[in-house]
Amino acid sequence: MSPDTNTDTSTSTGMGTDSTDRHRLSARNLTVGYHGKPVIDELDVHIPDGSFTVIVGANGCGKSTLLRTLARVLSPLRGTVFLDGEPIHALPPKQVARRLGLLPQGPVAPDGITVLDLVARGRHPHQNLLSRWSEADERAVRDAMAATDTTELADAYLDELSGGQRQRVWLAMALAQETGILLLDEPTTFLDLAHQVEVLNLCARLHAAGRTLVAVLHDLNLACRYADHLIAMRDGAIAAVGRPGEVVTPELIEDVFGLPCRVIDDPETGTPLVIPLAPNPLRQEASSS
Amino acid sequence: MRARIGMSARIDMRARISTVPAGSGRAARLRPVTVRIGAKRGRPGRSVISFRLSLRACLVIAALVAAGLVISALTLSTGSYHVPLSDVVRTVFGDGSTLDRFIITRLREPRLLTALAVGAALGAGGALFQSVSRNPLGSPDIIGFDTGAATGALIVITLIHGTAAQTAAGAVLGGLATAAAVYFLAMRHGVHGYRLILVGIGVGALLSAVNGYLLIRASENDAQSAALWLIGSLNGRGWDYVGPEALALAVLLPAAWWISRALGVLELGDDLSRGLGLRVEWLRGTALLVGVALAASATAAAGPVGFVALSAPQIARRLTATAGPNTLTSALAGAVLLAGSDLAAQQFPTGLPVGVVTAVLGGLYLAWLLSREWRKGRP
Repeated sequence: MSPDTNTDTSTSTGMGTDSTDRHRLSARNLTVGYHGKPVIDELDVHIPDGSFTVIVGANGCGKSTLLRTLARVLSPLRGTVFLDGEPIHALPPKQVARRLGLLPQGPVAPDGITVLDLVARGRHPHQNLLSRWSEADERAVRDAMAATDTTELADAYLDELSGGQRQRVWLAMALAQETGILLLDEPTTFLDLAHQVEVLNLCARLHAAGRTLVAVLHDLNLACRYADHLIAMRDGAIAAVGRPGEVVTPELIEDVFGLPCRVIDDPETGTPLVIPLAPNPLRQEASSS
Repeated sequence: MRARIGMSARIDMRARISTVPAGSGRAARLRPVTVRIGAKRGRPGRSVISFRLSLRACLVIAALVAAGLVISALTLSTGSYHVPLSDVVRTVFGDGSTLDRFIITRLREPRLLTALAVGAALGAGGALFQSVSRNPLGSPDIIGFDTGAATGALIVITLIHGTAAQTAAGAVLGGLATAAAVYFLAMRHGVHGYRLILVGIGVGALLSAVNGYLLIRASENDAQSAALWLIGSLNGRGWDYVGPEALALAVLLPAAWWISRALGVLELGDDLSRGLGLRVEWLRGTALLVGVALAASATAAAGPVGFVALSAPQIARRLTATAGPNTLTSALAGAVLLAGSDLAAQQFPTGLPVGVVTAVLGGLYLAWLLSREWRKGRP
């Protein structure tokens, strides 16, 4: 029985010095589709280690598909996802799950499950027949609940929590998995603005603590504020990659979303703020600068 | 590596009052106890064996075992020939009069053991099916097993006029064939819960029509024995039924227990489970296979006894208040439910089939439980 060594350290065994081999998570020539029809076509991507990468794009552009393929949930038609230099789909699933976690969009919990029970299930990849609840499991769950501020909810039933609390509990479950890379598929959907900010502030703290985060987000302005690496997708391909301040321009937004807009500096953070152009009747005459 | 065996059951049972939103009005709940055995040498803070033990689950198991023992004693004691409880105990442990020995070990004991084993198989199988289908009404019939088994049995009874053993074999074959057909019809890039249920309903409806046709064109005698088989009965079950059923349980119950922890994770959804390192298709296929095998063994022994597979897991879940398949508690609840129903059935002078009683008892209990929870405002 091999001990759970800390797999967070990079163990890249990449033979080439290709740029994709320098990062823990990357994909090459990725073609993914449903029923043989490609949604993503011949895509190359890498996730910089330690980044807070946010994937944005219009509905149906393939951002969720990309995230789920990176998480090994979907199998690509062609191409390869590399985790620590190895093809992820050839690795044993539990081994992957100890290095890379996924919080899918709108997860559903069974009836009558308590918060503690749910968070504890995040430890599954670290457990086996004999070691069902080790000291490490207990510590990981306690830390995850402390980090997400859900410790006091431990004995509550999930279905009696508010949407924001529930999302924090799901994040606690993903954290308890103790992976260096965490993929989040629209972690803020169905939340009001205050709870969206709360969840993203939590993500920012996790990122500051050294985790690599990859999230699909709908809100461009929040994406620009929190991401240090932005991937904009259009029609299953990558339209732009880089720091939000460098890549987010009115031209890019028009190109990716088909939305005419202005881009100004966020007065709070200096990051890009996308202002959609207003049609004539809504326009303020004096506002032209 | 030599592990130093030392019991260190660290107990975390401070009955903490949870600080959930005010107004939820929940009382203090017991946290599970952590048990760790055998410190790993040179690795402080790591144990060889570790698990969590829910005190409530232990209490529930103890209570179910006690209930099973009481029901067993009463079953062995009562009947047209009454044996006092003291004599029951003496006879079971190999003493007692010749008549007592004949009545108890030849007639009542095998029937009781068949009831307990069939009940356990139905309970555990139901727990697997409800977990996989994520549906509290899930049962082996979601993949057409029960209807297919009835078709097999009806063919043997009305067309071949076979013996009881042949009927059982026909039922098992019919059930397995139907389950396999539904599984493969529903399979496309893996089997999903919903498609399985829909295909199961379709095939089940088709076979129901076949069953109705077989019953209509059968002779009155055949139709009556078919109807008796269809409701499930334990009448006249001897030791030749106990052995195979016990063997099936000895293989299938550990298998069910083995996969039940992963099934608890699978209830969180396919994507999340894959993210947590589960082989989803493999797990679901195994769970269905074990569940169908449990149902098949039960059907072979007692016919399609209704409602145990449906209600035992629900009863277990509510007694333990734990999400997840609760496989072993469901098996115990099923055993108690079926043995208790058979005890009740035997009180009727005409010998009521046990299937009638399980439907009434299980239905009433479930209705009571649900109504109580609705009143408490929890779905």
